[in-house]
Amino acid sequence: MKQPARYDVADRAPRTLSDFLLRWETILVAMLVLVVIGNTAISPYFLDIYNLSDATFNFSEKAIIALGMALLILVRDIDLSVAAIIALASLAMGLAADAGAGTPLLILIGLSVGAVCGAFNGFLVARIGLPSIVVTIGTMSLFRGIAQVVLGDQAITKYPAAFQTLGQGYLVRWPPIPYSFALFLLLAVIFAFVLHRTTLGRKFYAMGNNPVAAQFSGIQVDKIRFWLFVLTGTLAGVAAVLLTARIGSTRPNIALGWELEVITAVILGGVSIAGGSGTIPGVVLAVFILGLATFGLSLINVPGIVISVLLGLLLIASIAVPIVVRRLMKKKPA
Amino acid sequence: MTKTTRRQTLQLLTAGAFAGMAPGLLSTTTLAATPIRIAMVVKALGIGFFDACRDGGLEAAKELGDCELIYTGPTKTTAEEQIAVIDALIAQKVDAIAISANDNTALVPVCKKALERGIKVISFDSGVAPEGRIMNLDPSNAQLIGQKCVQMMAKTLNNEGEVAILSATSQATNQNTWIEFMKTEWAKPEYAKMTLVSTVYGDDVADKSYRETEGLIKAFPNLKGIIAPTSVGIVAAAKAVVDLGLVGKVYVSGLGLPSEMKGAVDAGATETFAIWNPIDLGYSATMIAGRLVRGEATGQAGTTVNAGRMGDIAIGENNNAAMADPFTFDKSNIEQFAKIF
Repeated sequence: MKQPARYDVADRAPRTLSDFLLRWETILVAMLVLVVIGNTAISPYFLDIYNLSDATFNFSEKAIIALGMALLILVRDIDLSVAAIIALASLAMGLAADAGAGTPLLILIGLSVGAVCGAFNGFLVARIGLPSIVVTIGTMSLFRGIAQVVLGDQAITKYPAAFQTLGQGYLVRWPPIPYSFALFLLLAVIFAFVLHRTTLGRKFYAMGNNPVAAQFSGIQVDKIRFWLFVLTGTLAGVAAVLLTARIGSTRPNIALGWELEVITAVILGGVSIAGGSGTIPGVVLAVFILGLATFGLSLINVPGIVISVLLGLLLIASIAVPIVVRRLMKKKPA
Repeated sequence: MTKTTRRQTLQLLTAGAFAGMAPGLLSTTTLAATPIRIAMVVKALGIGFFDACRDGGLEAAKELGDCELIYTGPTKTTAEEQIAVIDALIAQKVDAIAISANDNTALVPVCKKALERGIKVISFDSGVAPEGRIMNLDPSNAQLIGQKCVQMMAKTLNNEGEVAILSATSQATNQNTWIEFMKTEWAKPEYAKMTLVSTVYGDDVADKSYRETEGLIKAFPNLKGIIAPTSVGIVAAAKAVVDLGLVGKVYVSGLGLPSEMKGAVDAGATETFAIWNPIDLGYSATMIAGRLVRGEATGQAGTTVNAGRMGDIAIGENNNAAMADPFTFDKSNIEQFAKIF
């Protein structure tokens, strides 16, 4: 039996038209176009620069975490604790703000707590050798649990105005680009460059395709895994800073359920859950598809519960359809 | 080079001005024809209490006439999801938003944005901080709740007999305020033969409330009534009365949820109890939002707003208003409301 394509190493990029059409990114672009056309058709309020700018506020933070998550899933790991890290980082910032900390210190605290949480995950996974899914299910309860114990049913709401500008302000007034969205775009470019244009990026793919072979090729697999957890934790810290600044409030249920939304974006973006394949442009496209589809549906007041159902179907369909098409095409020549 | 750029800029500006005017012209012409759109944003969808608010809202929309009610909310009771919902409503340029907030501070920026764009924002049930809304509608207020608790018990006991209070914790701000107002009401002459013998604290823990009730019954053999202004305490007290076989001898009243109190009412341990009526609350909130949109009320402190069948509601300090005294539940309506919340 021939192994799936994951293990074929092509010596050049695919050239045929069908290969190009079946490339995940091409399908995602088509989906994005469909989403935009569909939304424009159903709501007169969709294609409005201010409305679209407002919409980016609601997905930029998740999108930033998705970049780190994409790399983790690419190397066969996963971090389910990202939303809980946000809760813990937000709590730390809240306590610091209560004690009178200024904006730079608050940012530093948010990022540090994220990094430390990520390092804790990374230590358990890469050094102790525990499966990442088990470790991060545990730390998901642990990190959010701490926030729940400390906060109870209270909220911390005293943040300096300068800090809140980070989450609510705009980098450019026209076209209106919020800080969070600008930061996401910048990070996306950096991540795409590292993954697709550097040897480090090649190492990630090698690790995802075959960690043992990667290890024997001299790649420091565990060290890279550890640092990827730190990176994802730090990005969750970034998201915590932006979200806390945006809503100016810390509650134990902050960012509840975000880990699944982030993972949905990564998977829809074409990163294989088995590791070894996927691209940053794919993830970015998926982020836009999910963000704009959600926004468009809420413009016609589709209840959130129904939106979740539709996005779930979209995810399953987008994964199933190309596989089915490929099978059909393979059968034909025979 | 500079000239062309400038000319281009000018052209762009003029084009922009026309483009900017066009929607304005459009909306003024269509405004008269389109009905007003009021959005009711709840803490989360799928909660019986809020579905009942929606039913009241639909009733109000019909009464207002030419009014569409958009009932919406997030799937999880988080502030950030509610913000996304409000962003979508702002984008649709709805006329008014009535919201039950998941976080009174976190929603302020987005509510301010809505206000800046001319949307009338009010909060109900769970308020938004004053800077983020025009006014806030509470289902009731402490004085009305305190009075209601005493009145219900007095009616059951015909103004006669020993009564005790079973509260939540001794530091609970809500309950302590209500108890203060109960005592004020109690001072009236008609309650002279109804005496308050003790106040105990069940800490809003079912088990402790149950034991405190047993203790009360042992300590005061002539006890006729227990007022529990807490939804946990009232259920536990009623259960203790049933378990000790004292139905008909000791009556339990206070504040509770119909779904949890149905058993107690059916068993006869409770004749009446009260809580706010979500249908009335949704009705009033929608009605008030409609009045604000049509300019028939300002929502400012010191004024009143007409909320249809709920009458004129006075607006007090910080533009806070209380809808009515709590709604009474008994055998006649418990069946209907137990299904709702």
